[in-house]
Amino acid sequence: MGRYLGRKGLIYALTLFVAVTINWMLPRFMPGDPISDMVSRAGLRDPEAAARMQAYYENLFGLDVPIWQQYLNYWGSLFSWPPDLGISMWSFPRPVGDLVMGALPYTLALLIPAILLSWYVGNKLGALAARRKALDNTVLPVSYLLTATPYMWLAILLVWFGGMQLGWFPSSRAYSGNLVPEFSMSFIGSLALHWVLPFLSLFLVALGGWAIGMRNLVIYELESDYSNYLGALGAPPRLIRKYAFRNAMLPQITGLALQLGVVLTGNIVTEVVFNYPGLGLLLLNAITSTDFFLLQGIVLFVVIGVLICNFVIDIVYVWVDPRTRTGLQGASA
Amino acid sequence: MSLHVDDLRVYYRTVHGDVQALDGVTFTVEDGEIMGVAGESGCGKTTLSKSLIRLDGRMRHIGGTVELDGSVLPLEDDRAMNRFRFTDVSIIPQYAMSAMNPIRKIGTMMRELLESRGVDFKQLRPELERRLELVGLSRDVLTMFPIELSGGMKQRTVMVLSTLLNPSLLIADEVTSALDVSTQRAVAETMAEFRDREFVTSLIFVTHDVSLVYQIADTIMVMYAGKLAEKAPADTLVKQPRHPYTQQLISSLPEVGVRYEEQQLAGIPGTPPGLLDPPGGCRFRARCPLAFDKCVEEPPFVEIEPGHSVACWKAM
Amino acid sequence: MTDMKSSPAGRSGAAAPAPDPASAAPGQTATTDPLGAAPALAGRRRSEMLYFALRNPKVILGLSVIVAFLLFGLLGPLFSEFGPRERNAGPLGAAPSSDFWLGTTWTGQDVFTQLAHGTRATFQVALMAAAISAFIGMTMGFVAGYRGGRLDEILMMITNIVLVLPVFVVVIVVTAYLGISNTATQALVIGLFNWTWVARAVRAQTLSLRARDFVDLARLSGVRTLSIIRREIAPNMASYLVMTFILLFAGAIVFAATLDFLNLGPRGGMSLGLMLQQANQQAAMSLGLWWWFVFPGAAITAITGSAYLTNVGLDEVFNPKLREM
Repeated sequence: MGRYLGRKGLIYALTLFVAVTINWMLPRFMPGDPISDMVSRAGLRDPEAAARMQAYYENLFGLDVPIWQQYLNYWGSLFSWPPDLGISMWSFPRPVGDLVMGALPYTLALLIPAILLSWYVGNKLGALAARRKALDNTVLPVSYLLTATPYMWLAILLVWFGGMQLGWFPSSRAYSGNLVPEFSMSFIGSLALHWVLPFLSLFLVALGGWAIGMRNLVIYELESDYSNYLGALGAPPRLIRKYAFRNAMLPQITGLALQLGVVLTGNIVTEVVFNYPGLGLLLLNAITSTDFFLLQGIVLFVVIGVLICNFVIDIVYVWVDPRTRTGLQGASA
Repeated sequence: MSLHVDDLRVYYRTVHGDVQALDGVTFTVEDGEIMGVAGESGCGKTTLSKSLIRLDGRMRHIGGTVELDGSVLPLEDDRAMNRFRFTDVSIIPQYAMSAMNPIRKIGTMMRELLESRGVDFKQLRPELERRLELVGLSRDVLTMFPIELSGGMKQRTVMVLSTLLNPSLLIADEVTSALDVSTQRAVAETMAEFRDREFVTSLIFVTHDVSLVYQIADTIMVMYAGKLAEKAPADTLVKQPRHPYTQQLISSLPEVGVRYEEQQLAGIPGTPPGLLDPPGGCRFRARCPLAFDKCVEEPPFVEIEPGHSVACWKAM
Repeated sequence: MTDMKSSPAGRSGAAAPAPDPASAAPGQTATTDPLGAAPALAGRRRSEMLYFALRNPKVILGLSVIVAFLLFGLLGPLFSEFGPRERNAGPLGAAPSSDFWLGTTWTGQDVFTQLAHGTRATFQVALMAAAISAFIGMTMGFVAGYRGGRLDEILMMITNIVLVLPVFVVVIVVTAYLGISNTATQALVIGLFNWTWVARAVRAQTLSLRARDFVDLARLSGVRTLSIIRREIAPNMASYLVMTFILLFAGAIVFAATLDFLNLGPRGGMSLGLMLQQANQQAAMSLGLWWWFVFPGAAITAITGSAYLTNVGLDEVFNPKLREM
């Protein structure tokens, strides 16, 4: 177990290293001068303010020290508390950290239920489809259709149909414009209403993939040796299916880690379509206003979040698969 | 009470047509008998062992009957067969190494299986532990996962589980092919001991290794291309084989019980015919040194002396 | 989307084609195949594959849709007198009609023209990106699986790092800094980051093939590593690689469309993702101009869905176990 988690930990550490290094390298080695670029794009009328901004960023980049020291300083600023991710250009002079923290709850409110529910429902649906031919004939094509649908298109369709045509749900922002965030029924109700469509969009696309995966895995497990042996000893189909399902869950848990990036991408475009004030929308704003500090801050944050999720999934995996615990044979790393 | 198989036909369904893997097989296994089934790959012996307990998805029961202890087995009805499985007819599969659910503790798996068959696991547990001990396993294996056991240990665990309900017929399907020679012998002897202790009433031991089965079997049946070639008491079959295929099979082995290090094994030239559209007449005739005109007609499987049957025109 | 990873990779054993019987040791029928007909079947294998592939309804339907869109992308622009970004080509925000088959946008651009050009660009990017991903992934997988040892460990470590990395977010940063000027750059960026599962799957396949007799035979007779890979391993994995390429193609389409949707795509051209971006940005949904966003999205879904369908069909063809059921 220790070896398995240790190996994973090493990969994560290296990944973090690579991500931080890319992040550090890009502004320094790209052609042109990103700082004056950013400052001129900020469009400050007051030349003195522009000069101050330029000085601030040059100081922040620490261009006056040797390059290796710049690199070390960069790491140092990340590990200070609170992490110093710089000041946003798009929303000057707010710290990038604050902006990210403000957007995070919205993203998590979409992502966590969408990922967990689509995974759970998809697995159940897939297992059922593997069992009943009639259900299979509907679940499978629908699942393929869903998984082939680009996130942004489903989001757009939901805005148009659920939001505009039917008018059932609001299709922009996280709560009504005339409300201020507070702990009240009307605010929470508005929050919930605004949450439905973007959640559905993420949930539905992801659902298809899980259902297909589970169906194929269960069918595969039902043909495995241990299933055959149970069948030969007259075990009822119920027991055989239960074992097949449990075994099929293992790749699906690993798959959860592999799919994180995909769902995250879906979340970005979904937030853009719904104008939902999470990290995805913040990311788009950073891109359109070429706010590199904000962009890098979000990326670092997302990378670290993904690594943490991966690690959590690894621990869950160790818990459910005895083969990783005995240390005799690790699952594919 | 015994096993009677009468004209059993089981085909594989493929897009190219039916593969006639088991084409009219008739034999009897008496109580207390250990019958070896030998033949090359693809001769139908695995199909036979599967047919007696559980047809796989592509197999179709085309005709014939299997009668065990007076009741006809409902081969094609998977659900109805469940009543007989494990209690009346049981199997040690050739994939014993991977026969156990990898993510369940062995004891838990056994309990869930037995309880699903309406057996009181608690009551059976002392007997289970006694039998594990008999094959040299501690009761600790019950709290382990399959991955924690060596190949031999898994094999023995499966042997104990398969015979736990004292079935009247046990099928051992190529159980030794994955093992080294000394372990093979130990496994074969354990099977014989199980019979002696009446854990199983009779045993069908399927193998491609005649020299191994000769050590424990009372009778040996040789199959070729989906049909029976010869069946006789073990001694007779090995010492006085009458079917040219059996003769070649025996002569291609080192003499039983003697080690001929220097003597090369003479393989049997040629390969068995495809069973998708097998040739008429004797199926061995293309490889048979004794083939003559008559062999275009199919030879019947006839008893030439008590307990010794052959399907060959030359042997009659 | 799990199927992209688990289906071809997960059933790797079954999907692996049998070794060429001609190079196997003579007289050796060492299989537990109950059919006894295995050698004969294997001999007819290659022509048979094509035969079954062209008869499998899923493959036929999937390929037909893809080819239809390809032709539309190639020929469609010829049927249009407008440029893809030409404003006031027709009335503003007009519904589909006999003059403007798929309607017009809020600025009077012709949706049909945009769709045809966009489909063309989408195919360009996706085919190039898939080729690049396939090249990187297969090379990494082959070499890691075949050479083994330290090299294997290093290559797999790289693969695992890129696998854990939220690739899309990294691509966003890279493109935000460097900019994507044309479809080739976009294909390169996608191709460079979208190969990890291929490397892992191909490595697993190579490992299982390497252990087979015919590769040993080649190695014993002193054939060089590269030519063993090319002559013995790659042909035996051909079916698997075809399926891998199709999945990469489908993945690249969505990847490119998503980049375009965030306005990180090539400047100046037209693509299906960019159509969605413009429709979304100019509030086509609240204006009720459904033709503006329904067609490009449906095109993406149809192409990727058909690719998946083709793959499922090919899986049935290459994997006789599924076929004979």
